[in-house]
Amino acid sequence: MAQPNAAAQSSIGSPSKISVELIINGVETKLDVAPWTTLLDALREHLDLTGTKKGCDHGQCGACTVLVDGRRINSCLTLAVMKDGARVTMIEGLATDGVLHPMQQAFIDHDAFQCGYCTPGQICSAVGLIAEGKAKTAEEIREMMSGNICRCAAYPNIVSAIQQVMGAS
Amino acid sequence: MINFEYARANDVADAVRQIAADPTSKFIAGGTNLLDLMKEDVERPARLIDITRLPLSDVEETPDGGVRIGALVPNSDLAWHPLIAQRYPMLASAILAGASAQLRNMASTGGNLMQRTRCFYFYDTVTPCNKRQPGSGCSAIAGINRINAILGTSDTCIATHPSDMCVALAVLEAKVHVAGPGGERVIPFADFHRLPGDAPQRDTNLDANELITAVELPADGFAKNYTYLKIRDRLSYAFALVSVAVGLEMDGNTIRRARFALGGVAHKPWRDEAAEAGLNGKVANPEIFERAAGLVLRDAKGFEHNAFKIELARRTIVRALIQAAHGTPQSQNNKKIA
Amino acid sequence: MPRDRSTPSHRGDISRRTVLQGAVAVGVLTHGQAVSSATVAAEQGEASKPMAPYIGSATSRVDGRDKVTGGAKYAGEFNAPGLVHASVIGSAIAKGRIARIDVSEAISVGGVVAVLTHENRPPMADDDKAYKDAVAPDQGSPFRPLYDDRIRFSGQPIALVLAENSETARFAASLVHVEYEPEKHVTDLYSKLNDVVSLKAPAKPRGDTASALASSPVRHHGEYYVPIEHHNPMEPYASTVIWEGGGKITIYDKTQGVQNVHGYVCNVFNLKPEDVRVMSPFVGGAFGSGLRPQYQVVLAVLAARALERSVRVVLTRQQMYSLGYRPAMIQRIDLGAETDGTLNAISHDATTVTSQYENFHRNETTWSGLLYKSANAKYAHNLVRLDLSTSCDMRAPSATTGVYALEAAMDELAVALKLDPLEFRLKCYSERDQSSGLPFSSKNLRECYRQGAEAFGWDKRSPEPRAMRDGRELVGWGMATGIWEALQVPIAVRIALTANGHAEVSCATSDIGTGTYTIMAQVAADMLGLPLDGVDIRLGDSTLPQSPVEGGSWIAASVSNGIVTTSRAVLKELLRLAKEMPNSPLATAAPEEVVLSGGMIVSRRDAARAVSIADAMQHDGVDRIVREETTRFARDSSHAHNTHSAIFAEVKVDEQLNVVRVTRVVSAVAAGRILNAKTAHSQVMGSVVWGIGMALHEETLIDHAFGRIMNANIAEYHVPVNADVQDIKVIFVDEKDEIVNPLGVKGLGEIGIVGVAAAIANAIYHATGKRVRALPITLDKLY
Repeated sequence: MAQPNAAAQSSIGSPSKISVELIINGVETKLDVAPWTTLLDALREHLDLTGTKKGCDHGQCGACTVLVDGRRINSCLTLAVMKDGARVTMIEGLATDGVLHPMQQAFIDHDAFQCGYCTPGQICSAVGLIAEGKAKTAEEIREMMSGNICRCAAYPNIVSAIQQVMGAS
Repeated sequence: MINFEYARANDVADAVRQIAADPTSKFIAGGTNLLDLMKEDVERPARLIDITRLPLSDVEETPDGGVRIGALVPNSDLAWHPLIAQRYPMLASAILAGASAQLRNMASTGGNLMQRTRCFYFYDTVTPCNKRQPGSGCSAIAGINRINAILGTSDTCIATHPSDMCVALAVLEAKVHVAGPGGERVIPFADFHRLPGDAPQRDTNLDANELITAVELPADGFAKNYTYLKIRDRLSYAFALVSVAVGLEMDGNTIRRARFALGGVAHKPWRDEAAEAGLNGKVANPEIFERAAGLVLRDAKGFEHNAFKIELARRTIVRALIQAAHGTPQSQNNKKIA
Repeated sequence: MPRDRSTPSHRGDISRRTVLQGAVAVGVLTHGQAVSSATVAAEQGEASKPMAPYIGSATSRVDGRDKVTGGAKYAGEFNAPGLVHASVIGSAIAKGRIARIDVSEAISVGGVVAVLTHENRPPMADDDKAYKDAVAPDQGSPFRPLYDDRIRFSGQPIALVLAENSETARFAASLVHVEYEPEKHVTDLYSKLNDVVSLKAPAKPRGDTASALASSPVRHHGEYYVPIEHHNPMEPYASTVIWEGGGKITIYDKTQGVQNVHGYVCNVFNLKPEDVRVMSPFVGGAFGSGLRPQYQVVLAVLAARALERSVRVVLTRQQMYSLGYRPAMIQRIDLGAETDGTLNAISHDATTVTSQYENFHRNETTWSGLLYKSANAKYAHNLVRLDLSTSCDMRAPSATTGVYALEAAMDELAVALKLDPLEFRLKCYSERDQSSGLPFSSKNLRECYRQGAEAFGWDKRSPEPRAMRDGRELVGWGMATGIWEALQVPIAVRIALTANGHAEVSCATSDIGTGTYTIMAQVAADMLGLPLDGVDIRLGDSTLPQSPVEGGSWIAASVSNGIVTTSRAVLKELLRLAKEMPNSPLATAAPEEVVLSGGMIVSRRDAARAVSIADAMQHDGVDRIVREETTRFARDSSHAHNTHSAIFAEVKVDEQLNVVRVTRVVSAVAAGRILNAKTAHSQVMGSVVWGIGMALHEETLIDHAFGRIMNANIAEYHVPVNADVQDIKVIFVDEKDEIVNPLGVKGLGEIGIVGVAAAIANAIYHATGKRVRALPITLDKLY
């Protein structure tokens, strides 16, 4: 990464941009971003990858959940410049060659969404949950999926979808 | 969010040098609280110093049998770390009671200590708040104060510290290792956070130019008789109304040594050594737990909406002590209170 | 405009595709081979009703793939070259005027394009009529964003910063300096109870309620409070205006009614209807908050017109609290009964909140008079006008709140009568709408009670409070009734059928998560005899055939019957073509004698008499049949039309700590024909969770000194999370309704929430012996 411009600048001026490289859904992607650009905004507004959702922008809803180096995080509370070199996987990167990820298919099968707005975050969170390997029972899944709010309240179906994938793996 | 500069620190000395060179700068690690507050214009650093690449991510045993936790260890890694899960299960439990899995994956150990209050008025820049803008007044005292403090408040601030992890660290009597321009020093956990007094803008005794490098746990983790019991408005992903961490050293049914701390009720994790001492040497029973709770809360003061916290805290202390004494700690997954 | 920005259309569920390959093939088989398929159709379809595999089945959402891959695009996600980003500035005070706005510092920020205020905005209409959208309250002056210097509520938009990117806009917004001239505001409902607007009695009273109450041996009086609640759909309010050039704009808006927004925007900006197109292919939840056009759409259009550029305005979660809300309310209920449980009298008063500038209200009280047998009933409704934005519809408006109060009161009276709450309700069971005296088109509430109670195990309930426990937890069982209207509205549907066996079905309705895409595809597939993936659905586009807003649970019934109507027109045309074929086996068939099945036009009487759709069209050289029909539902003034439910809830309450867990809920619903067993289940399950939130969590907190909402976020405005939801069982009881509409569909979006909060509140009483009459029942209220 290029070191940020050290020259002092007025808070009124436009921020200087910093080059970062992210591996987005397996593809190396170079990006010039200002320090104040969150990973979420970098994806949605700079790269036009809108699959990842902004529900609150404050880490309170989980709609922005993505996998960074395999771990689920809230991309709204992360600066893109801080993730230089990281592997970022979002909803657009889960299917391979048009075949849905088992979690995506399970969400369809169990009707684990209604409006669909929290869904990319729920699915990324669920994929992260399984990778963590800490949740086994329904109550553990419920607790560890509580960082993803679904206002349509598909929660029991989300738990069923995750259990389906857990059972298969 | 204001326009800010971004820089990376190469090592601890560099981090301290950078922050000393620019008093308007702040360290950033997990960012979960700082970026939240920057988006609200509550925090307005002109420069962020990214410390995430510093070598502070180890959890290692210390020669005296304790554990040293690097300041950058993510909360989730810490909770699941075998050393912590086995020897300091109260700490693991407290961490897992807080925030969400995603936030715990991001939030750092040091950053957890630096969390700022959730007081509504601190967050809303339209309203007066002494913590955000010293001298502007406290809107919470006569405002909506259901989530505010009942212990250690002052005329200038009734905010609470929102951390769960810190409540357990208070019980464990952790030590906070910090590095500053003048070198390193160690702050006992009880001295790390402050009461609001007449300077509520200061949450901690960390100097502006200091960096937390590690949190050290003493050897005694109370792994047999402990609990972390958190009471909140929904069953997960909510800040504590009241929480209680307990560590007991038991000899049969007799308490040899007791420690407990409260979260959600004060500007810092709240311990009362007199109340703890009253339990030492006693046979565990609800009466002495009630007495201990009464002692802790003897000076508690409620406001319009949060007076219930006094009774809630009393009952939560008693239950938490029962859980710890019986060796039936609260599960953070099973929402039935043990 | 480019193709990739047009409304996505939705094909049938891929998981069913394989299964139905055979059915597709039928369309090109010889007549002889088609017999089996037609026979199947004849067996399934008795008389006039189509009964094919899709309607009623548990079909997965046809838009599911888009939603699980991130392909579904919502209003704030459309892009255009040179798109300008915006940041809204909200008022810091609740009432007064803007004395001065200084935008000079903001405008000097690099990348800022403009700052719009009431002082420099482009022209907009200056009469109330232009701002009255299709669902605006009758009385009042709708809010006009950026219109003048008046401040009507805290958070009111007063300036819009426009910049090349969103971060710059947000930063510059912090540099706009505003001086206010504040005036004294009032935001506390309780402080204005002596200054109310009395509404005309919402329904005709009956009997002499006062005397009947006075002479009743068993009485109950209760006052129930519901706080302000916010919808909090997951998708923030957003509008992207694409500047198409030539004075044309396309607006991607978060709305429940593209044509409502279209009409509103045309009126407010004096635009020609053909110059404005409003689209909402996907809506990330709305729950009533998207019925009326919201202020971000006005701001986005203002900005696009000012700059002649494409503009996107996305509200923050905080700013969404300055939109509408479920009004706070105080309800007083008086019930009087004989000692045997015969209900003598019901009196229901409601005092609900609105703004200073519009009188929004629904009829909380009328449900009480309708539901239970009682010779005497009276109602009163007062409005309190506060310095807040106008309240609005939120999931089952008026029933969620009114039935909560009624059903909590009924529980209290049952206790006073020493009657089982279910038995008491059965005692008051009414086969007629008690207000109008009309019989119901269908009412299978009795079966809801029976099946719900059985699934729940209600007969094992100990009547006394605090009598059931599980270790340290007190166990409580409560129940309640739910009721909603079965509404339907005029709607137009267009079907374009092509000779290759593909249909495009379009209507300007929306799918806000309700499953509209899916049920439309199911009904069309059945009516046209096509496989699900032979049907494309287009909706959420103001240029499509007319639809009202999606609300009140009326779209499922309206659009599904609308598809039936248009399908019949298509069928008629197909039959005409088939008759023109030489030696047509359908030469003498009348339209009502044939159905479309398996790609064939088939005689109902004799399945061997069939013509393939493809053959009929090809013979006449027709490759496409397009029909658009408007369906109007005959006014049936001889019946009441309602959906019903029975809810049974179990709570466990820690005896010392008062932590409440809702461990089980059974919701048994009678709502006519269920179009999709899977999505219907989700609708009701989600509604039950809304009821849990209403009972235990949700409350918008206003600091009345500032007149400002303090928990305007989704961390401290608590909605249920996954851990709050345990075992929810949804039962759809059989309810054939041959009166309400041809398909017998009654709608499901609202009924699932009605009564749930009462069932939980009643269960908490049963567990603890403590009656909390102010929602939400947070644990402090149980001390």
